[in-house]
Amino acid sequence: MAKLGPAHYSPYPVAVYEQVLTPPPGKALMFTEIVDEEQAMREAAKAMLTRENATIFPGPQVLYAWNEEAKEKAKLIKEMAEVLDAKIIPMYDYRPKYPKIDPEVEINPNHPNLTIWHNKIKACIFIGVHCHYANVALKIIRSETDCFTIAMCSQAGHEDAMITLRDQHVEEIEKFIEIAKEVKKELGKA
Amino acid sequence: MSFKIYKVNEEFRDIVPQEVIDLEERATWGNPKRGVMDLPVSKELLEEHSLCAGCPESAAIRYILASLPNPEDTIIVNSTGCTSLVFPHISLHTVHSLFGNQNSVASGIKRVLEWRFPDKVKDVVVLAGDGATVDIGLDYTLQSFFRQEKITTICFDNEVYANTGGQESGLTPKGHVFKMAPKGKQFEKVPMWQLAIDSGCHYVARLTVSSPKKVERVIKEAIYVAREVGPTYIHLYTPCILEIGLNSDDGLDEMRARDKERFAFFEYKTPEAEEVIAKYKAEGLL
Ligand SMILES: Cc1ncc(C[n+]2csc(CCOP(=O)(O)OP(=O)(O)O)c2C)c(N)n1
Ligand code: SF4
Ligand SMILES: [Mg+2]
Repeated sequence: MAKLGPAHYSPYPVAVYEQVLTPPPGKALMFTEIVDEEQAMREAAKAMLTRENATIFPGPQVLYAWNEEAKEKAKLIKEMAEVLDAKIIPMYDYRPKYPKIDPEVEINPNHPNLTIWHNKIKACIFIGVHCHYANVALKIIRSETDCFTIAMCSQAGHEDAMITLRDQHVEEIEKFIEIAKEVKKELGKA
Repeated sequence: MSFKIYKVNEEFRDIVPQEVIDLEERATWGNPKRGVMDLPVSKELLEEHSLCAGCPESAAIRYILASLPNPEDTIIVNSTGCTSLVFPHISLHTVHSLFGNQNSVASGIKRVLEWRFPDKVKDVVVLAGDGATVDIGLDYTLQSFFRQEKITTICFDNEVYANTGGQESGLTPKGHVFKMAPKGKQFEKVPMWQLAIDSGCHYVARLTVSSPKKVERVIKEAIYVAREVGPTYIHLYTPCILEIGLNSDDGLDEMRARDKERFAFFEYKTPEAEEVIAKYKAEGLL
């Protein structure tokens, strides 16, 4: 089972070194196990609702209004944040920043750990971050922090996240919000 | 690759930094008449850079970015060197190629874009140092001219390999001594602008970046000609103040001095290029 940090110093084995791969279509990845999407969604919601300073990191694919799906997803992410009582910190830019980023208001894929450390984030959702940058950022977070990472990916997912939901489009995000509402009720937080 | 990628979703306008909102609202998109005169009043496409303070390359890149007629549909291909230090900070699509390969990469991108978006105008601009353009990448540079690729190549000539600490390049003038060229350059500066003409470029210019307005005109003409006719080449003097031992505020004086000698303004246009330029002038775009 992949370790849930704090994970020593790099090089910490990335998930594939531990034979963890992305889930097949229709399924989700939870740590090292392939599970049903619904089960993973419940655990993801639980992590977000019970861990400190839960935060959603929307990336360019949902921050910018470049197509209709992006506009709809933006509305849903706002709703998701409300249901999960989560903060939103955008990953609006992949460019490295000089002299440094402001971890209060942004997260950068080249050193995402700075934002996680600064805000003491113990659970987060990546959504709308392009694959290669999500891969880099999730690897760094996995090795350098004790944050529980959840990838809501519109494509094949990310094995370096603790929970990976794949093929997440408007319908799936709606489903996740409904599940999150239920979990919240069960936890007595609604 | 359209203006839409700069439009922030309503839901997130309150959480993205002002610089992102500025990029959408105050940068000059969709306006081919944009130019260097916008620089003081609009949002620049270069946020910041990590070149040496006062490096003329930074001025050059700002003038170029302000002058692109079609920034939202422009791809810049660059190569390793000091120029590549600014590319991570540009708000446009840029592709970093292997050192020297830039014109080959740009050729491929241009062809794919023409195939993928036949109804859209997509400009491809190469921007690389003298080492990349004229030494290690000379073959690729010239081959792209021979093949008549519709791309604009801009060479930042600082007459040295600056990024690796001062080796001589083909564009170093004869006799120049650098930290890692202690005997002095043994042969003449390669006349790259002439090679560009002989190799089939339809528009060629050689200048320093001492005059922003001139840089704007040259960039626009080169891009319009590349769009419609074939390869174009711009040779810019952007002195490496560090390697020639000047202070941060000396760059402009150095360029003005060279304006009168080896970088005196020089321009070449084929008859086809003249036609295109006349057309854009008539449309008020030049
Ligand atoms: C294939 C390859 N060869 C060599 C290098 C080493 N290298 C990095 S920058 C550089 C010099 C760049 O000189 P120039 O193109 O003139 O750009 P400047 O730094 O002067 O702006 C060299 C040789 C490299 N990065 N890749
Ligand atoms: S080394 Fe020279 S060319 Fe490179 S950034 Fe510094 S002044 Fe500019
Ligand atoms: Mg150079």
